[in-house]
Parts: sequence; structure tokens; C-alpha cells
Amino acid sequence: MTKPESEWTWKELTVGNVVLEPGNASQYRTGDWKTLKPVLTEERCIHCGLCYIFCPDMAYNLNEEGYFIADLYYCKGCGICAKECPTGAISMVEEEK
Amino acid sequence: MEVSIAAAEAVRQANVDVISAYPITPQTHIVEHLSELVANGELDGEFFCVESEHSALSVCVGSEAAGARSFTCTSSQGLALMSEITYIASGLRLPIVMIISNRTLSAPLSIWNDHSDVMSIRDCGWIQLFTENGQEVYDHVFIAYRLGEDRNVLLPVIVNMDGFILSHVIEPIELIEQEKIDQFLPPYQPLHRLHPDRPVTMGAFALPSIFAETKKAQEVAIWSSMPKILETWKAFGDMTGRYYKPIETYKAEDAETLLVTMGSFGETASVAVDMMRKEGRSVGLVKIRLWRPFPFDEFKKAALHAKQLVVIDRAVSVGGPGGPVASELRSALYGSDHRPFVYNFVAGISGRDVAPSDFIKMVDKAEIEIEEGNKEGYELYGVRE
Amino acid sequence: MTEKLNVYAVRMLTQKEYFAPGHRACQGCAEVLAVRLVAKALGRNVIVAAATGCMEIVSSPFPFTSWRVPWFHVAFENAAAVASGIESGLKVLMRKGRIPNKKIVTIAMAGDGGTADIGLQALSGALERDHDFIYICTDNEAYMNTGIQRSSSTPFGASTTTSPAGKVKMGQITWKKNMPAIVAAHNIPYVATACPSYPIDLVQKVKKAADTKGAAYVHILSVCPTGWRSAPELSIKLGRLAVETGVFPLYEVEKGRYHLSMDFPTLRPIKEYFKLQGRFRHLTDDMIQEIEKRIHQEYEELREKAKKGV
Repeated sequence: MTKPESEWTWKELTVGNVVLEPGNASQYRTGDWKTLKPVLTEERCIHCGLCYIFCPDMAYNLNEEGYFIADLYYCKGCGICAKECPTGAISMVEEEK
Repeated sequence: MEVSIAAAEAVRQANVDVISAYPITPQTHIVEHLSELVANGELDGEFFCVESEHSALSVCVGSEAAGARSFTCTSSQGLALMSEITYIASGLRLPIVMIISNRTLSAPLSIWNDHSDVMSIRDCGWIQLFTENGQEVYDHVFIAYRLGEDRNVLLPVIVNMDGFILSHVIEPIELIEQEKIDQFLPPYQPLHRLHPDRPVTMGAFALPSIFAETKKAQEVAIWSSMPKILETWKAFGDMTGRYYKPIETYKAEDAETLLVTMGSFGETASVAVDMMRKEGRSVGLVKIRLWRPFPFDEFKKAALHAKQLVVIDRAVSVGGPGGPVASELRSALYGSDHRPFVYNFVAGISGRDVAPSDFIKMVDKAEIEIEEGNKEGYELYGVRE
Repeated sequence: MTEKLNVYAVRMLTQKEYFAPGHRACQGCAEVLAVRLVAKALGRNVIVAAATGCMEIVSSPFPFTSWRVPWFHVAFENAAAVASGIESGLKVLMRKGRIPNKKIVTIAMAGDGGTADIGLQALSGALERDHDFIYICTDNEAYMNTGIQRSSSTPFGASTTTSPAGKVKMGQITWKKNMPAIVAAHNIPYVATACPSYPIDLVQKVKKAADTKGAAYVHILSVCPTGWRSAPELSIKLGRLAVETGVFPLYEVEKGRYHLSMDFPTLRPIKEYFKLQGRFRHLTDDMIQEIEKRIHQEYEELREKAKKGV
């Protein structure tokens, strides 16, 4: 786990502040940003993958049954997937508090 | 050979991989000779003239990050244009070497020599060296690469040579055999490089919560480079018999009055010192070779015993507390118990000739002024009233 | 419904993500989607030189990075110069045998500010020197990262913080700079426009750019809900409308020959595009008509170029 920058001492810094772990931003929970979350109605899904390809946050993953499911850890609730789904299989609902 | 040609030859001999520059007087002869070398197939590197100095240094930053030994050169306005990138290159710890053919900054436009260009980037974080003659320029290309690329340093290096006064002058240069250079300067082994096999991110932005730590690390880096600088000079001396030091002195040990110079002034000033010594005056010379990191200890050792220092700056700090070198020396001496009086002349700006007789006049003037109790000690020398 | 034909082709793209989630882009940011697709198109053997901008900030807050490929940020105006340096450095190192000889694509990535304004000089220089690299311009039509200030890529009439719609001036008073045309005038082998609303088209174009020997340029329209004052879920739809109304035609210029990637018998009315964006809210019907006239005129000229094979 990469600790946040406010906890680093100067001695721990890499030369030139180079970041050596590719893609370690994936540790950051952007899912906290959303107020709405996507919910899938499986019967309507045609497995086209548009929700997956249009997600700016790479929050869709293919599950074993062949459905694309949103990863709420990253999902910012933008609603693009719901809007672009050709069969209206995704709806945006309020996140429970 | 002409000093600029010697500099270009040094770049060739140093096996530089990427050279990117934009022509500006008085650096042009370096770039032109490099182009000739490439055209004749004598330089195995990529050389191209880019569309501005800003891009010239940006190209070097890119190629150095990819692991290629890179070089650029410029002067004056070009340096000012690329100044944004100089801070970035040192912050990213990329050991680029740059020769600055010192030239005055506009306005008014002038192509002639002074140090105002390099003084405008004093805080850029590069290791900065000054040379006095053509041999030193040639030598320092190799010294700069070996020093900058050292894993414990990893800082870019500036080699200053006075424009026209050095760059366009023909001097005897002793070239070093290629085998010796290859041993002194092995190929660059970067600590981090841009390559898909080990993807890294360089140039990430820093929040206030980490910026101070980053600058601390950078400060520590430049101060820790001091032993490496001395080591590199020693190794170079062992190879060629020419030993360089951060502060060099001439007849200074027992002198009451010390002239302090930086750059090509040094040779002329030593002639003046000889002339004054012949008349029995207690005058000596202290020459600053290493400008950044500033060699405080060596300077104090060389200068503290004197009664007064006559510091000859080659740049005007308009509206400031005197010339840049004098200001810094006054700061350096502030904490010492015995402080020689610092009298500051700014001379030779925009290439105006400063002869040995001028140095004598400056020392005369300084001694009189100090006798009369002049506490300010600043003059722009040689201005026609 | 041309867009729906791409429906199953999506599954044929690589599932690998070379740009990691956890980045700090706004909800519904189509620019970061463009970056994601570019990264997918290029794979792992790339080095990216990025300019300061939204994409740089959201992807690289030290000590985190979203980049799973080598990535380098230097300054705002020199993405093309840094890329030139990387490309040359790699060339020499491979020639001297210091790194293995294998294809590594160098790409420069910048926004419209870092391309059409402050970055224009470095871009022009790099194109003239014909370095073997790709330049990707992600165009969200203003300096979004610093707070939505106008750029030369801001479309006529759009309201930004430095070209606000007020009592005397009605938003941006100059026409959007035609960057693809400027780049094409440098006679480089490949120039293209793309939009993430057409993901397969974008990926294909980027791959083509990677395979081009010499310089290649791809200009990508990036819908920005924050700056365009549109709803985040409409970002893909807006991109589609930009293309369908002729505001942002998709085309390629290969060795000087134009072809339209997509043509429409009639263009959709521009009002449908404008009404979804707050930055155009102040436009009167007359202004919209004037704008539409010019858009159609330019679209016709583009069609002519494509027909002639010019």
C-alpha cells in the first residue's frame, strides 16, 4: 500500500520523485464521490459491452456469467453507462447512506 | 584551435548521444562545428537544431530521461527562454550538460559578454562552474558528464565560458586521447529511465504536503555533491596533470587586499597582481571556479585573513545590494568573527575590455575609498560621466 | 443508428487497461475516456510525454500514478519537444546497442491549450523535423484544468471564464482554430480526428498512427461536462451530436488525401447539440443560424476535399 504523500519523510523520496509502481492510483477509492450508483437488470442485458467501453473510470468488469458489473470502489456515478445502454438495462439509483 | 571548436570536439569525444540546440551568438560556432561533424559522419549521435532554446532543453530533458547522454548550449536570451526548463531539469535530477557562452541579457540588445545570463538562473539547482581559458572549457565537458552522471549526484551541470572572450578566441588546446576519455567517462547508466520494460512515472505533481520534503532532498543532493566534485577533479588531474579546485588562489596567502574574480577575468587579474606585487603592494587574487554549490569553506580559508576584498562582478543586479558575487560573498562572511571589508566593482559588462591597468585602478580606488570610510563599497566601473 | 453497429465490436478490443482507475477526473469526463482508449490502442510498448493539463493532473498526484506505461510530464508547452527528445534518445540507444532493438512508440499527449496555443511552436518544430512519433491532442475546447478559460480551440459563441457571455460580448468572438488543417499543412503522413463516442474508430485511428512511419497526429474531441456545463451522463451523446451536426467531423488525411470516416446525408440541426450545454445557453436564434451556416459551409468544403482526394 502506498502511503499518502503527507506521511512521507524527505529521506523516503525517490530520486526526482519518480513513481516506481505503475498504476498504483488504483488504491484510491473514487467510489466515494458518487451519489447515484448503477444497477443492472440482468434480463435486459445483451452483453454488448458498451457500458464497459464507455466508462471513463474503468469501473466495469466481466463476471463469470458474462455480465458487465460495475465496481462501486471506483464508480463515480456519472450515469454514462445507464444513458448509453441500448436496452435500458442499467438504472441509476440513489446510494443508501 | 578556436575554443568553441574545442568545446564541440569535447562533446564528440564524450560520446554524447543526443545534442539539441538553437543557434545564438556567441554560441553559434559550437553548433556549427557539431553540424559539420555529423555531416562528415564523425559524430555518432543525434544532433538537430530545434525551433527554439526552450525546445532545445526540453528535447534534452526527454532524451536524458530515456537514458541518453544529452547536451545543449546557449547564451543570454536563449538561456532566459529556456530558464523555465532549467529548474525542471534539476528537479527531475537529469544530468544534462550545458555550455553557456555567457552573453549579456537585453535590453538593450547586445551580443557581447557578461554574466547576467547565468546570474538570472542562480537558483535553478544545476551545478555551475566557471572557466578561465579554452583548455578549461574543453576539460570541463568530460568533468561535467562524469560528475553529473554519478549515481550519488544525478544533477545537471552548467559550464560557463565568457562569450567572444573565450568562445571566439584561438588558443592552444591539449586534446586528450580517446582511450583515456573512454576510461574516465564510461557510458551513462541511468538510475531510472523511461522504458516499457520498467514503466515509471516521471514528473508527477506535488501537493504542498510533500513539496518541502522534495526541495530538502534536492538541497541535500546538491550539497552532498561537493565531495564528488572534488573527487572528479582529482581523478581528472591524475589523468591529465591539470588539477582544478573550487577556489583557486594566486599570491593570496599573505595578501592584505584580495581581488576576487570569476571567469576569464582571472587570467588578466593575475597579470595585474604581478604588476602590483612588483611595486611591493600586498595584493593577491582569489578565483571562484565553483559557483554552485557555493564553496563557503574553501572561500573562507582563502579570503578570511585579508583586510579587504575587491570583488569584481560581471553582472549588474539592478536595484539590488551590489553585484551578485559580492552580495553572496558578503552573506558568506557575515557569520565570521573577522570579516574583510568587501568593495564591489561591476566591470566588463557587455564585453567592455578590462585590462590589467583597470584592475590596478580598481584596487587603488577601493583602497582609497575604504581609507576614507566609504561603507557602501559599490561602483559600476568605467562609466563615462 | 450508426453508433449501434459498433455494439459487438467492442468485445473485440483488448480487455487490458493501461490506464488505471482511481484517477481524479470529473464524473463523466470524456477526455479521460479518450486517454483510456488511446492507451488500449497502443498497448505496453509506448512512452508517453505529457503536457500540463487535466489529464496530467488527474493521473499523477505524487505518489500515485494511473499510468501503467512509462509516462513523463515536463511542462505545459513542450510535449512535442520532450517527445522529440525521447524518440531521438531511443533511436540512438538502439543504434549503439545500449538497449534492445524493439519497436517502442513515442507519443506526445496534450490538451487544446498545450497544442493550439502555448504548445504550437514545439508541435510545429517536431512535425517539421518529422520525428517518428504520434501527437494526441485531447481537445476539451478550453483551459479546463485552470478553471475553464478560453483557448483558441474554444468554439465561436461559447462562454468561458475569460470569454464570458455578458451585456456587450457574447462569449468567444473568434472561430475555433482548425488544428488538423494546420497540422496537415506540415505534410506529415497521417492526420485524423476522432471522438471517444466512436470508440472503435478512435482505436483504429490511433493504431494506424502508431504504424505510420514518421509523424502522426490525432485530434480527439473531449466532452467536458464541467466546462461545457452539461450533464455528466450525456458526455457520449454529446460527442455523437458533435459529429452528427457537422461541428466535429471525423476524417483522416493520409499523405495529403482526405477521407471522411463518417458522412451523413443531412446534418442534424446544431440546436440539438447546443441546447444540452450551458456554455451556449446565451446564444440567440440568429447567432445559432450564423454559426450553423458556417459549420455547414466548412463541412461542404471538407466533403469536396474528400471527393477530390485532395
